[in-house]
Amino acid sequence: MSEHIIPSRIYYMIWVTLMVFTVITAAVAFVDLGPFNTVVALIIATFKATLVVLFFMHVKYTSEKMTKTVIICAIFWLGLLLILSLADFATRASG
Amino acid sequence: MEQQKEASTLGMWVFLGTEIMFFGGMFLAYLVYRLKYYNEFATGSQSIDITLGTINTVVLICSSLTVALGVKAAQRGKRKLLIVLIILTLIFGLGFLGIKGIEWYQKYQEHHVPGISFNISDIQHAHPQTPLNPGHAQLYFSLYFALTGLHALHMIIGIGIFLALLWMAWKGRFGPDYYTPMEIGGLYWHFVDIVWIYLFPLLYLIDRKHIP
Repeated sequence: MSEHIIPSRIYYMIWVTLMVFTVITAAVAFVDLGPFNTVVALIIATFKATLVVLFFMHVKYTSEKMTKTVIICAIFWLGLLLILSLADFATRASG
Repeated sequence: MEQQKEASTLGMWVFLGTEIMFFGGMFLAYLVYRLKYYNEFATGSQSIDITLGTINTVVLICSSLTVALGVKAAQRGKRKLLIVLIILTLIFGLGFLGIKGIEWYQKYQEHHVPGISFNISDIQHAHPQTPLNPGHAQLYFSLYFALTGLHALHMIIGIGIFLALLWMAWKGRFGPDYYTPMEIGGLYWHFVDIVWIYLFPLLYLIDRKHIP
């Protein structure tokens, strides 16, 4: 099997990055940024999730295009669900 | 063998796609009701323990590291290292559930579990200028327990999977030619970690500083 073996150093680097951003996101929660608290927290969460998917879940190293297609489709459907529903609820005249 | 592994991995990703939809619906419910009943959701969010939440995030990230290193150990046929890493993963997983249990017990003692003894007079007392509707607050805590409970259920299933993987690793089943169970078990574990990566800001962080 000619499977790509990822150096452990990369896993440790990803782990350190995830830890640092966990501390940052928890610290930012105590600073009042108005609506940007939500934006910053979700951007950091998405950054962390992307690192986990690409490196820990090996998506960066896979040559299998079907796997990537499934992931992109899943994220696309989730986006449809969240964006269209929230666009509806957030713009209603009366709650 | 290569093709079998790719097929199994793809199958796991399709399953995780359905899981994204499953959790996505509940995240949507949380976000919609947060818009609708913002005061109750923000004060409810401020009442849960951010320290325990942060510690649990750290614990899960550590478990994801041991899983990633474990998959590599399986791939290289390092039996002893793999067994150690799986046991570490199990310890982190059980630690997460233990801390979650402490957090839930705090909520139980504070009468914040939805039901007949539900009472938010302590939260109302902390925010005297904002009238809170106990029904809407129950909705927050119902979603809090549903989301964290569903996530904890996935953690328990993950621990079951890793106990099975421990057994297979003990028997020396994994090596460069065959480590598919470890690979797809790892995918599941990382997915459960990602769900928590989103639950943590939504439940604990984003409304921490907004006093309604």
